[in-house]
Amino acid sequence: MSDLDAKLIKMGEQIVSNCSFSNDQEVVIAKVADHLQRFWDPRMRTAIKKNLNDNPDAASDVLKNAVNQLTT
Amino acid sequence: MNVEFYKRFGPELDLGTPKVEADKSVSLKIDGAEIHVPEGTSVMRAAGLAGIQIPKLCASEDLEAFGSCRLCLVEIEGRKGYPASCTTNVEEGMVVKTQTERISSLRRNVMELYISDHPLDCLTCPTNGDCQLQDMAGVVGLRDVRYGYEGENHLQAEKDESGSYFTFDPSKCIVCSRCVRACEEQQGTFALTIQGRGFESKVAASQDEAFKDSECVSCGACVKACPTATLTEKTVIEFGIPETATVTTCAYCGVGCSFRAEMQGDRLVRMIPNRDGHANHGHSCIKGRFAFGYSTHPDRITKPMIRDSIRDPWQEVSWEEALSHAATRFKDIQKEYGVKSIGGITSSRCTNEETFLVQKLIRGAFGNNNVDTCARVCHSPTGYGLKTTLGESAGTQQFDSVMQADTIIVMGANPTDAHPVFASQMKRRLRQGANLIVIDPRRIDLVDGPHVKADHHLQLKPGTNVAVLNSLAHTIIDEGLENEEYIQDRCEREAYETWRDFVALPENSPEALEKETGVPATEIRAAARLYANVENGAIYYGLGVTEHSQGSTTVMGIANLAMVTGNVGRAGVGVNPLRGQNNVQGACDMGSFPHELPGYRHVSDGTVRAMFEKEWQVTLDPEPGFRIPNMFDYAVEGSFKGMYIQGEDMAQSDPDTQHVTKALMSMECVVVQDIFLNETSKYAHVFLPGSSFLEKNGTFTNAERRISPVRKVMEPLAGKEDWEVTVALSNAMGYKMDYSHPSEIMDEIARLTPTFTGVSYEKLDRLGSIQWPCNEEAPEGTPTMHIDEFGRGKGFFAPTPYVATDERSTRKFPLLLTTGRILSQYNVGAQTRRTENNEYHGEDRLEIHPADAEVRGIKQDAWVGIQSRAGETVMRADITERVQPGVVYTTFHFPESGANVVTTDNSDWATNCPEYKVTAVQAYPVSQPSEWQRNFKAYSKEQAELVSKRKRDDKAKA
Repeated sequence: MSDLDAKLIKMGEQIVSNCSFSNDQEVVIAKVADHLQRFWDPRMRTAIKKNLNDNPDAASDVLKNAVNQLTT
Repeated sequence: MNVEFYKRFGPELDLGTPKVEADKSVSLKIDGAEIHVPEGTSVMRAAGLAGIQIPKLCASEDLEAFGSCRLCLVEIEGRKGYPASCTTNVEEGMVVKTQTERISSLRRNVMELYISDHPLDCLTCPTNGDCQLQDMAGVVGLRDVRYGYEGENHLQAEKDESGSYFTFDPSKCIVCSRCVRACEEQQGTFALTIQGRGFESKVAASQDEAFKDSECVSCGACVKACPTATLTEKTVIEFGIPETATVTTCAYCGVGCSFRAEMQGDRLVRMIPNRDGHANHGHSCIKGRFAFGYSTHPDRITKPMIRDSIRDPWQEVSWEEALSHAATRFKDIQKEYGVKSIGGITSSRCTNEETFLVQKLIRGAFGNNNVDTCARVCHSPTGYGLKTTLGESAGTQQFDSVMQADTIIVMGANPTDAHPVFASQMKRRLRQGANLIVIDPRRIDLVDGPHVKADHHLQLKPGTNVAVLNSLAHTIIDEGLENEEYIQDRCEREAYETWRDFVALPENSPEALEKETGVPATEIRAAARLYANVENGAIYYGLGVTEHSQGSTTVMGIANLAMVTGNVGRAGVGVNPLRGQNNVQGACDMGSFPHELPGYRHVSDGTVRAMFEKEWQVTLDPEPGFRIPNMFDYAVEGSFKGMYIQGEDMAQSDPDTQHVTKALMSMECVVVQDIFLNETSKYAHVFLPGSSFLEKNGTFTNAERRISPVRKVMEPLAGKEDWEVTVALSNAMGYKMDYSHPSEIMDEIARLTPTFTGVSYEKLDRLGSIQWPCNEEAPEGTPTMHIDEFGRGKGFFAPTPYVATDERSTRKFPLLLTTGRILSQYNVGAQTRRTENNEYHGEDRLEIHPADAEVRGIKQDAWVGIQSRAGETVMRADITERVQPGVVYTTFHFPESGANVVTTDNSDWATNCPEYKVTAVQAYPVSQPSEWQRNFKAYSKEQAELVSKRKRDDKAKA
């Protein structure tokens, strides 16, 4: 995994940690996905999506599910 | 367009005593003229308002009446004697005479005494023509001094020239106390005093020390107040009295002080703080008042330059060639690597109009949203946090609001160093009795100053801001201190209850978090009570809040605290971000973020986009672009290839310097537009000479949302104002821009931005400044926001879970480094390092606690190495208890210090604002510079040679 791919996962997990307030996992996933959709350049979204497809163990379930909800 | 933006300003009138606000009006007669003034007005001021100037020496509109010079005597019908008009207030029906035979005689006698101990060297005196003593001698008709000059006097008193910017000549002093009162009332430093009694009375700095060695902070208030040549600017001594003045806005910090730029032709002689300035009310600091010499420093580059490789010598070329070269390079890169392979940075030091144009250039000409600004690395979490909770990405108050605050919280800010003019106002309120809570890992001056003391200093461990805020909120809920009526009326109920239940959890109690934060629970609880139990609680915060991995969460935590106590929506309260650079607020307002168009509207909003597309005649990208750190990451990765950087020195200011320089070196075309060849320009292929704030027209927006005019007082040294360069670059790229004056750009901003629809240069000229929102609902602006409802409707209590940063002390890196600023230097120091301010702070130092220094064998002033996982640098040690054990601190004003070689790529979760404030480091004694510093020195030398060897083109006149 490249340094950049690792950094994107780290940034994604930070978002997960700071959005993990609700006990409802779906709410958290939606919030993380919304944040990524609104603030990340599509190239970053595409990169993390591809990376997590290739390395499914590299991120939490919440992040993986959120990334899967991204439109790009 | 008929814009009176170049208007000239006459002499600053001084009505002698401060303006009074009162509901009741009083009628009186002065010299036969009927006048109505607010109750509480002095007779002197009332006369001045009627156009009658009563002679005065010790009185000034900037200071409280003192009544010592006895020159302003008047006669009042029915009263005995001759009261001083400055200390006598008007009364209904009062009949005043300001000129009678008797009064004239008394005034002449007074002047006679003054002049008997004053040098008669008016013709060679530096303030000849600008001396109130001289004026008054003329006004009272002084023709003779009967006492002679031979007796004992002060004419041989020694001159103090120790100060960098002004001299103190006691032989010319009349001991009127104006300087002493200015230091007390305006600045709040109390550095000056009248020492001795009777004939021995004299003005002294601290314990009769030289000014430079005293507590004096060189704010210049005493110099402005002095009615003689006793305290005089060195520039006035050198050049003489200014001939003209233009009101403009300071280009240093986010206070945005208004100044009179006083000129001789196109030479700036001095900057005098403008009494009518709405942000500063006639006060200033050492930077804005004196540190303007950089603007004509020999280091200024005034001709455009290009080079193919960063190892090639520069070549001076014409503007046309430089712009054509840059445009061609950018277009070629886009052709080869795609539309999104380039981007740009707007400057928080440039005007609103200039930042607006740069983001328009990037969205319109570049065709993408790869635009960001240095707010990314300072206050981007403010934008996110306040937008989320309150609905508007800006502070809620005006500075004057602090005068109605009962408890003030200062969190992660050091106003006496970074926002000194506002700090003076805050200190004035504190001396009146307001409570103060400081939340900071370091003991800043406000904590324990000689005249101001914090009631509580919550000296938290770096990185635990959110935990502290949660424990304060817990106390408020736990002890029933919340404002239930306000919350019910003004806030989203469900979100509040969710947040309330969260902060009420036992794990958020001060007792539970005490170990994590390092703040005793009793202190937290007492502070929470002090904030929640007063009528008006106000929070001021700075980069110690935002520059953390939880910067945005902390901002939201602050907003939550204000809402739960009902402290938003009126004067005296609020959430107030203290902005670092002069136009950080404006740069954010102008759409400098990659996800937002001007006015904080998301690029994905089709309706908004359509409005801009129609105005700009271009199709806009609906997706967010890269932020600054993303641009660097993708430059290193290889797909981001070119950047247009206006007025920002990222190679010095951004974290993890070695990553930044690697990124810059990875790009094929870096275009830097700046007034100096800064650190970033060492990696540039095109250099476009910038214009200083004195060389252009435009507006800055300060930390209180105040839009203030920036007026050109001299022609741009390079021939173009910065906005003209962006226009030319856009046209060279093939995207048409056509403006003849920045007022037209502001008109476009007003057409496109709902919070600016009422802003125009005509209105700015008329009102002096405007706080946005300025529109149909608020035609003259909005001093206080969220009065009846929040910008988003109901206030939103955002969840604030505490997530510890990854930057924690370890065995390898046991100390936590935090960074900040100092009074005399500004940001990367590009401006202040090229002034005499260096005499006050000539290098960055590492502050370390005595205990940490001792165990490491680190001595005062000795070289110390600082290493983090990102890099290593060396600076000298300053052993001090200002920092707590386990914490070290430094500033970042000097490039060779390499403070940001040590800071890491850790950043705020929501905005990627770097975590400058927490870096795990080790410190140790060393005997030589670090490897980075040796490389830096060698590369800087090489680049300096490439500049000195540049191919000159005398025809390449700007």
